[in-house]
Amino acid sequence: MRISLTVNGKQYSHDVEPRLSLAHYLREVLNLTGTHIGCDTSSCGACTITLNGDAVKSCTLLAVQADGCEIVTIEGMANGAELHPIQESFKENHGLQCGFCTPGMVMTASDILKNNPNPTEEEIRHGLEGNFCRCTGYHNIVKSIQQAAEKINQ
Amino acid sequence: MGSYIGKSVKRREDARFLKGEGKYTDDIKLPNMTHMAFVRSPYASANVLSVDTSEAEKAEGVVAVFTAEDGCGQYGVPCGWQVNFKNGETMREPQHPLLAKDKIRHVGEPVAIVIAETQALARDAAELVAVEYEELPAVTNPKEAMKDGAPKVHDQFPDNMAFDWCIGNDRAEVEAALEKAHHVTELEFINQRLAPNAIEPRSYIADYDVNGDKWTLYTSTQNPHLIRLLMCAFVLGIPEHKVRVVSYDVGGGFGSKIYHYTEEALVTWVSREIARPVKWTADRSEAFLMDAHGRDHVVKSKMGFDKEGHIVAHLTDEYCSMGAYLSTFAPAIPTYLHGTLFQGLYKTPLIHLNVVAPFTHTVPVDAYRGAGRPEATYLIERLVSKGAKEMGMDPAEIRFKNFIEPFDGVNQPGYQTQVALQYDSGNYAPALEKALDAIGYKDFRKEQAEARKNGKLLGLGISTWIEGCGIAPSAVVGALGARAGLYEVGHVRVQPTGKVSVYTGTHSHGQGHETAFAQFVADRLGIPMDDVEIIHGDTEQVAFGMGTYGSRSLSVGGSAIVKSIEKVLEKGAKIAAHKLEASVEDLEYAGGKWTVKGTDKSISFGDVSLTAYVPHDYPQGLEPGLDFSSFYDPANFTFPFGAHLAIVEVDQDTGKVDLKRFVTCDDVGNIINPMIVDGQIHGGVVQGIGQALLEEVVFDESGQMITGSYMDYAMPRADDLPMIETHNTVTPCPHNPLGVKGAGEAGAIGSTPAVVNAVVDALWHLGVRDIQMPLTPQRVWKAMQQ
Repeated sequence: MRISLTVNGKQYSHDVEPRLSLAHYLREVLNLTGTHIGCDTSSCGACTITLNGDAVKSCTLLAVQADGCEIVTIEGMANGAELHPIQESFKENHGLQCGFCTPGMVMTASDILKNNPNPTEEEIRHGLEGNFCRCTGYHNIVKSIQQAAEKINQ
Repeated sequence: MGSYIGKSVKRREDARFLKGEGKYTDDIKLPNMTHMAFVRSPYASANVLSVDTSEAEKAEGVVAVFTAEDGCGQYGVPCGWQVNFKNGETMREPQHPLLAKDKIRHVGEPVAIVIAETQALARDAAELVAVEYEELPAVTNPKEAMKDGAPKVHDQFPDNMAFDWCIGNDRAEVEAALEKAHHVTELEFINQRLAPNAIEPRSYIADYDVNGDKWTLYTSTQNPHLIRLLMCAFVLGIPEHKVRVVSYDVGGGFGSKIYHYTEEALVTWVSREIARPVKWTADRSEAFLMDAHGRDHVVKSKMGFDKEGHIVAHLTDEYCSMGAYLSTFAPAIPTYLHGTLFQGLYKTPLIHLNVVAPFTHTVPVDAYRGAGRPEATYLIERLVSKGAKEMGMDPAEIRFKNFIEPFDGVNQPGYQTQVALQYDSGNYAPALEKALDAIGYKDFRKEQAEARKNGKLLGLGISTWIEGCGIAPSAVVGALGARAGLYEVGHVRVQPTGKVSVYTGTHSHGQGHETAFAQFVADRLGIPMDDVEIIHGDTEQVAFGMGTYGSRSLSVGGSAIVKSIEKVLEKGAKIAAHKLEASVEDLEYAGGKWTVKGTDKSISFGDVSLTAYVPHDYPQGLEPGLDFSSFYDPANFTFPFGAHLAIVEVDQDTGKVDLKRFVTCDDVGNIINPMIVDGQIHGGVVQGIGQALLEEVVFDESGQMITGSYMDYAMPRADDLPMIETHNTVTPCPHNPLGVKGAGEAGAIGSTPAVVNAVVDALWHLGVRDIQMPLTPQRVWKAMQQ
């Protein structure tokens, strides 16, 4: 099936198998390997992207369902060498270790802050419920998002 | 310049990860690459009657289909540690085949592999392989496996036993002391099986170069050199120099990526058969089924106390599962990485541990964060707290009473335990004092009593832990059964311009070596950190190494680098002396330059480096170049320690445990980067909390894993947890040059018993003395009703 969509501001059009997941489309067809796949049950959140502005797990969607949509992946967050304030805060607060869950965490964080610019710790933790991290114990991820909120609100 | 050590320098590896530009194995695509999919057994125990691959071979996009008949890896995957029976009999060691031939011994065991042009086509074709099985009875619990008539895992070992081992004092003497003890506390429980769950599933790509008769294996491993050695020498019989093993970015390990797995050897073997690159990446179901699990001990313990609360004896009997085969380090985990920590932090005079290690119809068990030491700490710390409360004593007070006196390992000797090892240095009371102050221990009992009046069940749990890490002296581990040395290699290559490339045999999969190692290298050389690069994870660049596990990277790998730095500075001084027309004895090195003492005559590190590579005016007889490699074999393990405290509130109606606070005071020796150390503690603590409250691998009676996905296996999530309040004391390691002890496993070792002790404390007045982990609401609620 033919699909056309926008990813990180660029237009793409491809013939894809109907069963191809959006996560695999991003990784295998567009070579955007920052979107990671950590499970097969849409539980871990490593594949989180934004679709028309909302965070979604790209493994839950087929590529054909994204036809006509606007997608941002982790590769679309930084402005060249200049990190997005969320990425910057993750670095400053050691909000990542092995880095595998990080793209999904950053994309989820962007969704949390879009919907709630001043979240409490509890609201951040609730917002991260669908993203697993095995390295950080979430402590510094929560701190990173708290600091990102401050930066963005400045 | 200088003094990076002790500072929370931000990590240089972060930018690539934050931008989605990390290079994990599954991100790599090679031209002409094929994909591998497995046909795996749905049964835990079965005879394989027939395998028909004819339909699969005809399927779209299929390149090849292989079964055990095709002769891949006829020797199987080896075990790297030999633990003998207490009577001297040799450990029983079954062959671990790459593909099962006649017999299935755990769910997920592979029977055939399909290679196709895409991953999807490989999986489609794998569905077409027809395997006829005869299902047999299975046994998954290690104690059940030892009963008469239990289903046999390996026909040649009818009692299912891999070994029966013991450590410590004479059993009869320990039993006699328990008979005479004022009070004896007992526990019987299961230290449940856990799945490591690094978020990156394992991934391998083998690329065979027909013309050069050479391979490159890209692999998500914690120890590329060890994989190369095991795979080449023991599994495939390939000359070692013909294989380059590369592991760039690895998405978490926690032990599960130490071992040499069958899939690694299979992609390598297949790549030569089809003369094309082959990739395999596990999905999460395969990770649950195939990644080595952790823990799985059935435990019975007794601890005896005198009237004042001094521990007089400790006796434990355990059944510790090996799974269906012996994984790389498996026999060492419930023995030498477990029994050797039974001294804990206490002066216990008599200790005996007996371990029976059976085979079961389950995926192999091996090291998982802490590996044997969390299991030791859990049972000791539960016994101490339970014993104290039964005797009406304060659980903090009883610990202070039993702590080994402070010793620094320099002015006072190391502490000789009853269980083989000698602790390096320790000062245990201050860590507990600091943690108790931080949590407000003195006021807590009042708060608890008040809360109880208002119908709230609050509890505080204490755990004081020690571990043996920085693994380890080759002579010692050799005597304990290791089939390899456990030194480390550090190579310092000074470039002509004075920039420094450091090659380490350790491997970072989240620990931040690229930053922390550069900090101490820059400090030792007195040069900017930007002038130092750290390289790891490629056998073609790094000469040799033993990898990262057992909190060893900095204490062993860092020390190897220090040795090479010392050689660089020693040779540099000769060059500097020549250029400054002084004697080496008159020089001092500081701030990145050699200075003639008492003068302003000096020469910089950069100038000496250039002279070493452009030796026009050079000391006679001295070789050009400034490039040194060192092997460092430590004098002892390192022994970090600390105190973990948890406060919980238990919901009266549902039994749900709410973790309110978690306070740590850990002593990991000197600290290079506090930010990274804290991060290691946070992550470890949460894995330990996961064991206490949430995680458990469960099998049904037929051996089917019923927690084989994230829908069924409960991982800790952000909203299950509070912030982790970390503190430190510093007792340097006396035997390595950096004075460091290791922080990777500390969190996971200390935290589990603190949480369980807290829940039992909250429910003590209701008569609750123990609850089986994980402490799910159902189990807690049931305990409250009894």
